[in-house]
Amino acid sequence: MTGARVVRAAGALVEASPLPQAALYEIVRVGRRRLLGEVIRIQGEVATVQVFEDTAGLALEEPVESTGAPLQAELGPGLLGSVLDGTGRPLSRLAEQEGNFLSTGTVATTLDRARRWEFTPSAKVGARLAAGDELGTVVENEGVVHRILVPPDVSGVLAELKAGSYSVEEEVGRLQDGTALRLLQRWPVRVPRPVARWLPADRPFVTGQRVFDFLFPVAEGGSVAVPGGFGTGKTVIEQSLAKHSMADIVVYVGCGERGNEMADVLEEFPTLEDPRTGRSLMNRTVLVVNTSNMPVAAREASVYLGLTIAEYYRDMGYRVALMADSLSRWAEALREIGSLLREMPGEEGYPTSLGNRLGKLFERAGRATALGAGGREGAVTFISALSPPGGDFSEPVTQAALRVAGALWALDASLAHQRQFPAVDWETSYSLQAADVMPWFEQHGGAEWTGLRRETFALLQRDRELREVAGLVGPDALEDQDRLILETARLLREFLIGQSAYDPADASSPVTKTWRLADTILRFHREGTAALAGGGTMATVDVGGVRRTLSALRASPEGTPT
Amino acid sequence: MSGTPRTYAGADSAAGPLLTVSHAHRAVLGEWVRIAAPGQPARRGQVIDVSRGATVVQVFEDTVGLAPAGTAVTLTGDIARAVVGEELLGRVFAGSGAPLDGLPPPVGSARRAAWAAPLNPVCRRKPADFIETGISAIDGMNTLVRGQKLPIFSGAGLPGLELAARVVADARTTHGEPFAVIFVAVGLTQRETQHFLQRFEASEALARSVFYLNRTGDPTIERLLAPRLALAQAEYLAFERGMQVLVVLADATNYCEALRELGAAREEIPGRRGYPGYMYTDLATIFERAGVVRGAEGSITQLPILSMPDDDITHPIPDLTGYITEGQIVLSRELDRRGVFPPIDVLPSLSRLMGAGIGAGTAPDHRRWSDQLYAVYAQGREARLTAAIVGESGLPPADRRALAFTERFEKEFIDQGDTRRTIGETLEIGWTLLETLPREDLHRIPEEAWARRAGRGAAT
Ligand SMILES: Nc1ncnc2c1ncn2[C@@H]1O[C@H](COP(=O)(O)OP(=O)(O)O)[C@@H](O)[C@H]1O
Ligand SMILES: [Mg+2]
Repeated sequence: MTGARVVRAAGALVEASPLPQAALYEIVRVGRRRLLGEVIRIQGEVATVQVFEDTAGLALEEPVESTGAPLQAELGPGLLGSVLDGTGRPLSRLAEQEGNFLSTGTVATTLDRARRWEFTPSAKVGARLAAGDELGTVVENEGVVHRILVPPDVSGVLAELKAGSYSVEEEVGRLQDGTALRLLQRWPVRVPRPVARWLPADRPFVTGQRVFDFLFPVAEGGSVAVPGGFGTGKTVIEQSLAKHSMADIVVYVGCGERGNEMADVLEEFPTLEDPRTGRSLMNRTVLVVNTSNMPVAAREASVYLGLTIAEYYRDMGYRVALMADSLSRWAEALREIGSLLREMPGEEGYPTSLGNRLGKLFERAGRATALGAGGREGAVTFISALSPPGGDFSEPVTQAALRVAGALWALDASLAHQRQFPAVDWETSYSLQAADVMPWFEQHGGAEWTGLRRETFALLQRDRELREVAGLVGPDALEDQDRLILETARLLREFLIGQSAYDPADASSPVTKTWRLADTILRFHREGTAALAGGGTMATVDVGGVRRTLSALRASPEGTPT
Repeated sequence: MSGTPRTYAGADSAAGPLLTVSHAHRAVLGEWVRIAAPGQPARRGQVIDVSRGATVVQVFEDTVGLAPAGTAVTLTGDIARAVVGEELLGRVFAGSGAPLDGLPPPVGSARRAAWAAPLNPVCRRKPADFIETGISAIDGMNTLVRGQKLPIFSGAGLPGLELAARVVADARTTHGEPFAVIFVAVGLTQRETQHFLQRFEASEALARSVFYLNRTGDPTIERLLAPRLALAQAEYLAFERGMQVLVVLADATNYCEALRELGAAREEIPGRRGYPGYMYTDLATIFERAGVVRGAEGSITQLPILSMPDDDITHPIPDLTGYITEGQIVLSRELDRRGVFPPIDVLPSLSRLMGAGIGAGTAPDHRRWSDQLYAVYAQGREARLTAAIVGESGLPPADRRALAFTERFEKEFIDQGDTRRTIGETLEIGWTLLETLPREDLHRIPEEAWARRAGRGAAT
């Protein structure tokens, strides 16, 4: 046989030749163990391949096979509750096949071929169907209705469609032109799935975290950058949002992070309830996991896989929350591959295309009307952790993310060291979407939400200035009015911004509770100010009393006064 | 892989630790290589780049005096492997795996790939078993659990190694399960190594230990191998023999320097401050080998020690480490100068797995107790800074109290000299210190917790 062979191998890169027909991003199988690889450069007949698996043991002249297709996600019922590696292989199936340690060359499809699903058709035979039209439904995970849609590149007249029990690869029907219809469809992960129309982002993505909902709220379909040094609380935030945010579907991408954190999610999520449906949280969750010690090329791919799965559920009309922890590791994977390619590096060794590629990731978030009849509206909200070296946000990855993200939730190491969690630096953080979602909070949280928010910012700002002065002259030298501000700001930090992820009664805060806590603190300030103006002293202001009220409010899951 | 060895006469070029052979056509990536040069000790290496034109071998020993033309290069047909087995307990090896104790090389129970495959994340169990180290700042405030990787961020002249030795000698398995200690010295001086070993001899844990010693004068590149041999042994003992294994790696900074040296020799594009762009991934292949897995009794807990260059926690070595490990114990030069042992600064220290280990494993109010200690201590530390400018008398009363607390906390809680404390003793000292403050200063402790404490006090 005179097929292509390995002509060079070093680290995660392999050169294969001759591959005159190779296309960029085509998947190839490398070597006797048929390692999964992707063509990332073509020069004449030589294709450079990034290999998604460990290349140790690969020899020169081993065969390389092209597949003619790019890296694709398998989409269909059975995704929810699964744990996939960066290329879409289910990790539990790999564990069954190869034991505790990951070996190479193991093939495992994302969706279980043996599992059968009850399909209920909704499309009518004879109807002209276009991309995105609903063929029927499958109940995926007790209660989640999985809409089977005409794939984006298919249309025609429906010739046949039958109810019944099917595995994902079986035909559920066909079009007149003979196109087979199945529960399973495939989509190239690096290509955004098309939508009919992008929609304005004016509905809130309610997080259940007071500091975000109250001070830096974002919209459904928005995107957020969450940078912070190590130990500042990025992962706790991502996981809290995965548990408590108002989303129908959660896709969590553990990108180049810790194995134990994934074990944590896997042990905890199945035991937790989705507050809105009462079912196991795992039922609405897909995990994509490529830990720091797994191959870097697959780490790079994992983010695209997560996005594609998120878009797929968006197209069914769901509100999807996509968590990526951490996008910096994705960028570092790019850098590792770029450096193996000996590409001319840009800032800090990252490829010069970093900003462009990162922008394209963020562009895939959004609220949209899906293709197909019925005008289903769905959203992908993208919350991305960033791990800046030395906690310094001026580095290229954070900066590139800030150019495209709709909000910045900045985490601060000194707050984290004082165990002030969530360690959100309110001075640096911002949300460009706050104004768009205020009406919703006014309606559902409490009137004057906007006003209270403004008042809070003003007090925090004043507190900062006063503390600077106090650092010079001593807090004792301050006026009573100013000391009241220090006291109020302390309450704001402790009861409004502060929220322990480990306190079951407070891990998630309904918007009414958030409003009540804010209102109580600000009312305390207004009344205190009036009392002082009327001749009272700080000694007469009942700080202990308001603290007791606030503690009781915080200890009540719904924030109902006792 | 296991193929047949092939020997080639003469290499084409040598540069730093790299040797290039142009006619070794059947080389395999990662293949283990033996290099013989007349009149010189044998050297070993690893294939890192294969192409039709050339095979590049990274040599593990020093290449000074190596003449490429006169060498015989043997591709062994195998990858780098570690000999593992219970038989290795009580023994001392070089970073290369060669015995240093005068005994013959071990036969072992198995030979395992040194560059091991990653653990499948779904096979992990969440680490949750409390390890009592006897150190209050750790047990009380930054609890260590089995299967965790918790580095000590030390600095030149700070007692990081001493603290690790203390932890290892004092750490108790609660139910008397079999345990083992693996010590990997990477680029340590004779004095540092000796010091550590002595502590060991005193603690009688020697028979339960394996030592891999790569000293300052040993080949730099061997520093990349030593931790992997040690971890292969650790994985065997933990996951196949059910032991609780504690791995101490010192000094991770020397490991990173070796990585940088090698990157420079390969003429790679450097990342931040000259360290390779893949340092995060490389370190992860070491630190992620801690853990507990389904279906195995044992565990691997890692206590790496690293020196922060110039005491700078934002330097790439502590920075990337902190991003991978499950927290860090940070030593403070200031506390050390004041004679506090262990000089742990609890504010930047963290144990990410603390939540899983405390509560049922220690005491029901452990989390609140530690939150409260953190809160007052952080307040006191800030007050100390303010007081330095405006004087203590310029502080409001609550800050003055927090400052007084902070002084006592450092003297009575953090500083424990040579004493080993049980978790009960640690908690009690903390409560006693908290009780020097009025309740209005202690917002993190709810009424029920005080009641529980009072109940216990009355009962005893
Ligand atoms: N909201 C929170 N409530 C309580 N503790 C928190 C919170 N956020 C972070 N922490 C503490 O900080 C530690 C580090 O958080 P983590 O999210 O793992 O940091 P990062 O991902 O930024 O490195 C956690 O283990 C926990 O102890
Ligand atoms: Mg994290």
